[in-house]
Amino acid sequence: MSAVPPVIDAGQPSRMNAALQRILNGNWLVGIVAVVLSILVGSVLIAVTDSGVQAAAGYFFARPLDTIAAIWESIAGAYAAFFRGGIFDYRAATFAEGIESFAESLHRSTPLIIAALGIGLTFRAGLFNIGGRGQILFGAAFGGWIAFGTDLPYVIHPIVAVLVGAVAGAFLGAVAGALKAFTGAHEVIVTIMLNFIALNLLVWALNPGGPLRGQGSSPLTPPPPESSLFPFLFPGYSVTAGFLLAIALTAGVWWLLERSSLGFKLRAVGENPAAARTAGIDTKAITIIAMALSGALVGIAGVELALGETRRPFGSSIDNGVGFEAITVALLGRSRAWGMLAAGILFGIFRAGAVQMRIAGYSDDIVTVVQALIVLFLAAPPLIRELWGVRPDGRRKAAKA
Amino acid sequence: MSTDLVNPMTTSIQRVRLVSWKAPIGYAVIAALSLLLFVGLASDGVATFVLTEADAAIQLAPVDVGARAFGTIVAVLLVLLTGVAFVLATRRRPVPVWLTLVFGLLFVVGFLTWAAGAATQTNTLQVAGLLAGTFGVAVPLIYGSLAGVIGERAGVVNIAIEGQLLFGAFGAALVATMTGSPWAGLVAAAVAGVLVAFVLAAFSIRYFVDQIITGVVLNLLVAGLTSFFYSALMTGNPDQFNDPRLAQFSRFPIPGLSEIPLLGPMFFEQTLIGYLAIVAVLVTWFALYRTKWGLRLRSVGEHPTAADTVGINVNRTRFWNVALGGAIAGIGGASYTIGTGVAFGENMTGGAGYIALAAVIFGQWDPLKAALAALLFGFTSNLGSQLSLIGSPVPSVFMLMLPYVVTVLAVAGLVGRSRPPAADGQPYIKS
Repeated sequence: MSAVPPVIDAGQPSRMNAALQRILNGNWLVGIVAVVLSILVGSVLIAVTDSGVQAAAGYFFARPLDTIAAIWESIAGAYAAFFRGGIFDYRAATFAEGIESFAESLHRSTPLIIAALGIGLTFRAGLFNIGGRGQILFGAAFGGWIAFGTDLPYVIHPIVAVLVGAVAGAFLGAVAGALKAFTGAHEVIVTIMLNFIALNLLVWALNPGGPLRGQGSSPLTPPPPESSLFPFLFPGYSVTAGFLLAIALTAGVWWLLERSSLGFKLRAVGENPAAARTAGIDTKAITIIAMALSGALVGIAGVELALGETRRPFGSSIDNGVGFEAITVALLGRSRAWGMLAAGILFGIFRAGAVQMRIAGYSDDIVTVVQALIVLFLAAPPLIRELWGVRPDGRRKAAKA
Repeated sequence: MSTDLVNPMTTSIQRVRLVSWKAPIGYAVIAALSLLLFVGLASDGVATFVLTEADAAIQLAPVDVGARAFGTIVAVLLVLLTGVAFVLATRRRPVPVWLTLVFGLLFVVGFLTWAAGAATQTNTLQVAGLLAGTFGVAVPLIYGSLAGVIGERAGVVNIAIEGQLLFGAFGAALVATMTGSPWAGLVAAAVAGVLVAFVLAAFSIRYFVDQIITGVVLNLLVAGLTSFFYSALMTGNPDQFNDPRLAQFSRFPIPGLSEIPLLGPMFFEQTLIGYLAIVAVLVTWFALYRTKWGLRLRSVGEHPTAADTVGINVNRTRFWNVALGGAIAGIGGASYTIGTGVAFGENMTGGAGYIALAAVIFGQWDPLKAALAALLFGFTSNLGSQLSLIGSPVPSVFMLMLPYVVTVLAVAGLVGRSRPPAADGQPYIKS
């Protein structure tokens, strides 16, 4: 990574742009194969760590069918729990209760979608906002500060919190964008460092006597008042108005990227900075705008995490891994607005399903593994082709034997 | 700086301007800060520095200094040095490195005096303990930064240092507990780091996937994998899988050297992993600049096409050096578990890999400077916890934040000169 030479001034499109473009342009089949392969690997991990399988494997040669049955039981049990948690609880008495699982998935997908929109936006501009964590923390901190620090009526209260959170996130993004534009500092390094700066600032604000510290003995904020919380869409379901906001933002980002003149400039800078500059586009301004817009969206995701998902006093772990997961969602959605919406819902199902897996006694960390594997496979279509027996240069592997 | 590479026309003009003013302005900012803190906000307390631990053979008397008087002296000296820097700058002379070192050391001493003098609990600062703890905190950072230096000098950005440290810590705890041997654990840690490095190298060198994306996703993958095995295997059977207390490296003080006041407890009362870190830094430094291996490594990172022309296999060189870096980072991870006898915990590295990355950049891609940066970052984080212990007015989080702030300033070109290897982060595709 070139920490200093500004990529936007370089003579040719950077390699990262090319790599991103390839990920963004790959076909859907690769995506499906990536998901299937990752779930296969996850199944193997579930089976080998299952105590029933380990016990049956001890006498594998005496009764091999026992081992196979135990493997089947562990994997089927894990994925059944996952299905009950993420899509439909077939054990529930009524359909209305069973579908609560999917409502929970939509609820859990909300911050992922919004944050992924922000990160995907920078991908399209040839930038890499890896500061999702810091921007979420900033958004949550400032949005939360509006929630319990001000007294506003219902509806207005969360709207103001969202706007303030967006400005806070945008500030953090703009810092990285401005440093990139004016000094050439690589935005990846700067945003990583800003993640930790934001985290430490939040820890400080949550210390005793800090501006965000609540009454209790643990480092948590005060409880946000009822008026500031995102309202539920339907009684009895966890999905909130935040999901509608996510859809609206998806439409907005789609319009911005695909239809507006600013979006055209963003994409032009992303695909060929030198050509964009020659065509009279102010690449420095575009860099700053892209990072600020991205930070604003991720900041909104932070507000949603605080006032839509958590709804209680929160601490410095409010981001809950969403900042990094959103990168994977943006890659899976190929940085297209509606693609990211779909990918976000898929990962929301993962998040909701993981909870049920944990309740059923399986380790929910397997979901993180599967998510990471999906993106790894997705990032390397040649790898998938190679697993299919085709070498990266297109020749069949079989010829070697 | 950056524009040198792009536009040779402006090189000379740019260089004159940049060399002249950055250092003096940096000095001036710090001098102004110290005037404000050490004089303006000074307390009338007396700061006591305890220089030796209670059980040390050579005892030094504790040093008492009046916070206000001493702080004023330090601030005035800093202002004078700033003046020297400005004079040098107007004569177009670069500010020498030793001047910056003296300046930095003075500022640290002044800062400690101010912080201890204004503390609410006690005005006594255990300098010996502070330094002894510094190296322990810095060991994984040093290994991580060496891995980063080797990878980036070969042209592969290693964001996955965090994952390599974490997997090393996990592998060491698991294998050392299962075999009862810390040596087996150490080997396992290196292997774990290499495994992560293999994935990074395969994706970035063979499949030309963006190295940053690969690194970020690898960190997620390792965090998920280790947490999964932690909850699926380790929590149920800690005696069997996760109890490095019985298989840890013990500290062995080097006779004689460990009795040196201040430096003895810092460097010469370590475990094997600690001593190995010092050796690794020196060996890497020597090998990088004085051996055939180092020359080839640097050439594939600076100008892969030229290296290829003279018959160096660029991608193979990169692949094996990234793997070597992985082994080093994995051993660094071992210091978390079998180095201290602490059981493995989920995400126990807590972002140390990113601090190591910061040390690589702040250390200007040089093994010696990166290790010094890692020591500095270890010192600040250790100082943070010490200061909160004595009730200092500085919140410890601001000390913990320092590495990150310094790195942002460094990549922005405000502190030092950060120029990465020319082909850093770019895959080599033979045409």
